[in-house]
Amino acid sequence: MDVLIENFDVFAGGFWVTLQICLLAAIGALILGAIVAVFRISPVPPLRAVGTAYVTVFRNLPLTVVMFFSAFGLPALGSNADFLRIPLLDSLFTRLGTDLPYFRFALIALVLYTAAFVCEALRSGVNAVSAGQAEAARSLGLTFSQNLRHVVLPQAWKAATVPLGSVIIAMIKNSALAGFFGVVGDLAQSADQLTSAEGFAFIPVAIGISIGYLIMTVPLGALLDRLEKRQAVAR
Amino acid sequence: MSGQTSVLYDVPGPRQRRITWISSIAVGIALLLAAYFLIYRPLDQKGQLSMELWGPLIDPGNENFSQVWDRLGFGFRQTLVAAALSILSSLVLGTLLAILRIQLKSLARRRFTGLSTPLSYLLRGLSTLLSAITRVCVEVFRGLPVVLTIFFVARGLPEFGVSFDTLWYLVIGLTIYNMVVIAEILRSGMEGLPGGQAEAAAAIGLSPLQTTRMILLPQAFRVMLPALISQLVVVLKDTSLGFIIAYEDTLNIAKQIIGVLSNPIQTYVIIAVMFIVVNYSLSKLAQYVQRRLARGRKTANTPAQNPPATALIAQASAGGGTP
Repeated sequence: MDVLIENFDVFAGGFWVTLQICLLAAIGALILGAIVAVFRISPVPPLRAVGTAYVTVFRNLPLTVVMFFSAFGLPALGSNADFLRIPLLDSLFTRLGTDLPYFRFALIALVLYTAAFVCEALRSGVNAVSAGQAEAARSLGLTFSQNLRHVVLPQAWKAATVPLGSVIIAMIKNSALAGFFGVVGDLAQSADQLTSAEGFAFIPVAIGISIGYLIMTVPLGALLDRLEKRQAVAR
Repeated sequence: MSGQTSVLYDVPGPRQRRITWISSIAVGIALLLAAYFLIYRPLDQKGQLSMELWGPLIDPGNENFSQVWDRLGFGFRQTLVAAALSILSSLVLGTLLAILRIQLKSLARRRFTGLSTPLSYLLRGLSTLLSAITRVCVEVFRGLPVVLTIFFVARGLPEFGVSFDTLWYLVIGLTIYNMVVIAEILRSGMEGLPGGQAEAAAAIGLSPLQTTRMILLPQAFRVMLPALISQLVVVLKDTSLGFIIAYEDTLNIAKQIIGVLSNPIQTYVIIAVMFIVVNYSLSKLAQYVQRRLARGRKTANTPAQNPPATALIAQASAGGGTP
């Protein structure tokens, strides 16, 4: 167990990098997913088709393929994802600004992949609102935006929380893949480095890494369980 | 999805239909322009659409075509083998785990009357402890990324002097994760069943194990079939993680091809299409099964139950939710 204590900074650093990528990817995926969801429920057929195509493609691709696309396709097109170096953000998250672009590539892949699932969660929330509610609102003379703001969205939000939460948990777990794609210093990569390159005993390292991920996933899962139970009663 | 997807709109009238038409055309043109300027032109400018790069993949006349597809076919078979083995073992072990957890839970609630007091306390403590242990195991393996589980299996087993082919590391890693997920799906399916089912089984004298095996489990399988099939899609997708332990699956073969032909975008497009076709058909199957089940349910006139978390996305998007 000495490995855990001696290399605490490695674990802490890895945890921090993983947390950063998860935070950024969650924000990005929520924004992109919301946009795609708006596409999918919009009244204009071509937009709906684009949204549907997006969801179909990214839900059926393994994240690994998306990561490969991002990490090998973008350089082949001569891009190193410079557009993610947003001036204020890259001073806050230094890895966004570094010249080794894998952090940005992994981020792009995670956002693209997760957005499809976020979209489905949001859409399921809107669909879970019973049609009678919206009809009643319309017959009361509420305009489209009033209907959305006062009647549909509050209920949709409630129905979407739990699926959204599970999507985010899945994303946190998926972020481990980034470490195997050359994102230096995240938790999964630390495991590889400590056991393969530096030859530390395997079991303590595995335990340390596992604890790192469980700290992020298990409490969120427990929270969701409670939320779900509360909603089940409220219904 | 059909025309009326949302609760937000009325059935369109003539004016609304005209507006929809006009905006459709406008948006369609904008999208085509965007596709040209953002996708086609950059690709063309970088020479990514040249036959030199695509040829080995789509032109049967190309010298490398047959060799490339031989390799890809081999990789795809490897992927399917790993997926089939993982699916089979995680279904079997997941079912056993679900039964175990249900049994332990009901055991932990029993009072063990008729035994001497210390013995009954001991038994109650023991069953509570066992139940807690399985719970913790489930939470841990569910909370860990699959990549890490596979990596740990591949790195950890050799340390104990057990070494296999990479295929088996992949299968074991995937099984550990997916059996837990499947067990949870089945368990929530069994707990979602109306309480009268178990009571009726007990009333005709079935033991708890018989009740689970003969009454609860078959119904749980039926209710949870869509969720189970979606989980199978997940397993198929997850076999692509074999690349981290150098298992020769589709993606690893693709990497080798790219190493020779240096056409990453083209090869991954082909791989992507293959994955999308297979997985999309599987999810369509899941939807079809769900619709069939929904129809059967209506005729049987059983009350709808709370959708368990695992099936929530699938269920809600199928348009349910009216209380």
